[in-house]
Order: sequence, then structure tokens, then C-alpha cells
Amino acid sequence: MADTPLQIAGREDKTEPRVTVAGVLVNAAKGAVADVQDYAKLCGRTLVTLVTPPFYLQDVLQQMDSIGAGSLPIILLSGFFIGAVMVLQTGSQFTRFGQSSLTGDVVAIALVRELGPSLTGLLVTGRCATGIASELGSMLVTEQVDAMRAMGTDPVRKLVAPRVIATLLTLPLLTAMTDFMGLLGGCVASVFSLRLSAIEFWRRAIDALDFADLMQGFTKPFFFAFILATIGCYKGLTVRGGTQGVGRATTQAAVLSSVLIIVADAFLTKVALFLADKLF
Amino acid sequence: MAGTRPMNSPIRSSPDSSPTIKFESVRLGFDEGDVLRGVSFQVQERETLVLLGETGTGKTLSLKLAAGLLKPSEGNIQVLGRDVSSMAEGDLLAFRRQIGFVFQEGALFDSMTVGDNVAYRLLEDKVKDEEIEPRVLEVLRFVELEHTVDQFPSELSGGMRRRVSIARALINQPPIVLYDSPTAGLDPVTSQTIITLILRLRDVFGVTALLATQRLQDGFALANFRFDPATKRVVHSSSNGSARTRMAATRFLVLREGGVYFEGGQEELADTKDDYLKRFLV
Repeated sequence: MADTPLQIAGREDKTEPRVTVAGVLVNAAKGAVADVQDYAKLCGRTLVTLVTPPFYLQDVLQQMDSIGAGSLPIILLSGFFIGAVMVLQTGSQFTRFGQSSLTGDVVAIALVRELGPSLTGLLVTGRCATGIASELGSMLVTEQVDAMRAMGTDPVRKLVAPRVIATLLTLPLLTAMTDFMGLLGGCVASVFSLRLSAIEFWRRAIDALDFADLMQGFTKPFFFAFILATIGCYKGLTVRGGTQGVGRATTQAAVLSSVLIIVADAFLTKVALFLADKLF
Repeated sequence: MAGTRPMNSPIRSSPDSSPTIKFESVRLGFDEGDVLRGVSFQVQERETLVLLGETGTGKTLSLKLAAGLLKPSEGNIQVLGRDVSSMAEGDLLAFRRQIGFVFQEGALFDSMTVGDNVAYRLLEDKVKDEEIEPRVLEVLRFVELEHTVDQFPSELSGGMRRRVSIARALINQPPIVLYDSPTAGLDPVTSQTIITLILRLRDVFGVTALLATQRLQDGFALANFRFDPATKRVVHSSSNGSARTRMAATRFLVLREGGVYFEGGQEELADTKDDYLKRFLV
């Protein structure tokens, strides 16, 4: 009887390498270290392209429109309702002690120092880091990135730098919009829910803020912008596994950027508080 | 600046007879293992080398190595007298402007029109707008797609996208063109159109070419036919032609299991007694 391919395959000496727990852990650790190294290299190259010509101004403007103007509706809407919810949550506690007028102080400080930058960072991550990863990932799997390199264009300069510059320029502005809309939402909620006067709310909110709060609130977005843009680009440019890989990279970009933004926020807050004590 | 030469003039020839592309003991490996294991070959000026092999034998990788898009693990790759295997990425970016690369699926920028895709290199070089438009239309006319200049790649058929890709590779008239399976997945008529374009590029402009394919008939078409600029028709190689078109040579190189399994001319390949090579002839 003739051998079938299956019979022949079954007779072959299959000595597959043994899979051990230690082996898997070592490989995972090696992969993580390699990822960090590649990401650091990409960040380094990006920083160089930010200060050396040629610059792709048209691409920067396009990305600013996409990342900045495109994110505005979700930022405005979310900011308004975050401020309103804060007033509703804190106002009920302050009312118990007859201090409902302090609501403006709390909302202003919490929004400007913390919630404005971090929520804007997370919202823009959800919308843009994923978009960047999927766009660049799709370009990679369809060989458009290779075509770009084959035609003498540096993909970091053409694709990564404009997205990073655009995010760095627009995220602080979006944060300012979140802060303003949050205060506006808080004002509306305090007027209708706590029966505070709008003038009293705004006066207390503005008086509660000092320069250190603004410094803290408007320094963080630059770091968050760099994180979300570079992670989105890195995940997009390291896609493996075709269209399925693009989907995976998109998810990873959202998750990793969000986690890194939250982790960075903790350290930045500590540094900002330390500097505020020393300098202001 | 390269690329100001009119399309009907021949590409410059190098003063010496050193090979235009030279692979020396090139090895390329990934986590999964080596794909190329000590591959060596040469492509002379105006010669077309047809890279044959089954899927996964390293044809596309060889093209990417020649363009400097990948670095070999070991070995040396010389292109136009420069060692691309040791060049820094910054130097390679400038050097690659002398190489046209036609990707398997075209790799056109899907957010740009056909015109902008073809003009990409000129736009990058900050060529004046009034110079760009006629040159784009000239190369699109060459691939008979002048009417698609304002269309997006998604509006074109697969064959049309390949032709636009050829036009894009042609825009600054590079002395070397690398074709990655230019007829893969196309119907016979469209494949013939693509092969005719490759013949025209070879016989009218004298480009040196490295063509990766799984289809032996593409290679045989390049070996057996030539484009006659006088009559603007594809004719059999045996018919009379100018000295320049007659000298265009086509050789074949078969890759198998990471190495060069066969290298030679059409007759040697056609007359082979080797069982593996015969599988390509069926």
C-alpha cells in the first residue's frame, strides 16, 4: 500500500523543543525588554526629527485638524458633564456641613490640576492613539511604509513626527477646553441643583486657583501627548500578522497609552507638588 | 538632480563593466530561522534577472535587500558600486532614489490620488509644480493610464494599480527597477500588459531589472520578446532590432531552501533534466 502524506508525516521523528514555564517567562521578558528598547529608539529618532529639517508642515496641519479639531466635540461634551457630575457628587457632601459654596473651589482645583489633563489624555487616547495605530498599521501591512522608504522618505519624519507635533500642540489646548467646559457644567449644576449663584461659583473657582495649579495642569498634557502619539505610532509601525495584527495593535495602543498616562500622572503629580512647594 | 532626463532618452551607462547588483554570500535570518543561506549572484547593466522560486524562498526579501530595505545577517550587497548592506539609513534614503521598486500589490498611498502617488518623489524633492504635472502625465501616458490622474487607488483594478506603481517607480527614471511579482493574481491579458510595460522599460530605457515571480512564462516572455521602439510593438527576439535592444539579456535564478538552486539562461532552464526545475516548466 502506498504511503499517504499523513502516514509519512506520522512516521517522521518529531522532536519538538520542550516548552517550560521558565522558558516562556524568559522569552516574555526578552520580548518586553526588546519592545522597550525599540520604543526608546523610536522616541529618540522622533525627538531628532522634531528639531532637524525637513519638516512636513502640511502633514502637521492635517494631523492637528484630525487630532485637535476632530476631538473637540467629545472633549466639550465630556468636559461639561464631568464638571456637572463633580458638583452633584461633592455638593451633596458640602451641603451636609453647610459649605456648599466650597463646591466651586473643589471643582476648579480638581479639574485644572488633575481631571482636565488626565481625562483629556485618556479621551484623546481612545480616539487618536487607536486611530494612529490602525492607520500606520494598515500602511505597514499594505507595504506603503516600505514604498515610502523605497522612495527615499524617512517614515519617522513623514508619519511619526507630524503626529507627535500635532498632538503636543493640540492636547494642552483641548485640556484648556475640558477645564472650561467642566467649570461651565459645574456652574450649571450648582445653579440648578445647589441653588448657588453663578457669579459666586465662578468667583470662588477662579480664586481657588493659583499659578502652581495652572502650571501643573498645563504641563501634564505635553507628557500625555507624547505618550499617546508615540505609543500609537510605535504600535502601528510594529504590526505583525496582517489585518488581524492591526486590530491587535490598535487595542494594545489604547490599553498601553491609557496605563502609561495614568502611571505618568502619578509621578508628574508628585514632581509638580514638590516643585510647587519649592518654587511658588 | 536625477529625473530631469526626457523619457525617450536612454539611461546613462556606467563607465566600467562592474555588476550593477552583486550579492555575495548573503544570509538573512529571522526568529523562525534563516530564509537566505549564502546567496550569491550578479546582475549586469541592462540585464534582467528573473528570480524564481516557491512561496517563502526569499524572492521578495532578496529585492528588499537589494533596495536596502532589509539588512543581511551576513554577506555583502553592492548596488551601483555602493555597499548597501553597510550603509546608514540616512544615506540609504538618498541612495534609493536611484532604484525603482514595484511592489506586489502596488503599495500605492491610498489617501492620495493617482497623480499625487506618481508625483510623490517629485513633491518630496520640491520640484516646481509646473514641472511636475507634465512629467506625471508623461509617465501615466507611458502606462496608458493618463485618464486616472485624479482617481484614488481604491477606484482602480488590480492591474491598473500595478501599472500606476510602475509609473511611480519610473517618475525619476531610475537605472534599476525591482519588480516584486508584478503579474501575481492578474488575468492573462492584464499580465501581458504588465510584461509589455517591463519590456518597454528594458528596451527603450535600458533599465537593469530584478524581477521576482512564480510564473516562469513571465521570464520566458522577457527572454523571447523585445519591444521595438521603431514600430512600437512587441516582437520576437530573433527578429531584426537595434544593437541596443538585442543586447538586453535575461537570465534566470531559482531559489530553493535558502540557496541558489539554478542560475542560467532560458535554454539551460528549458532543457533541464532536473525534476525540481521541471515543476516550473509544467
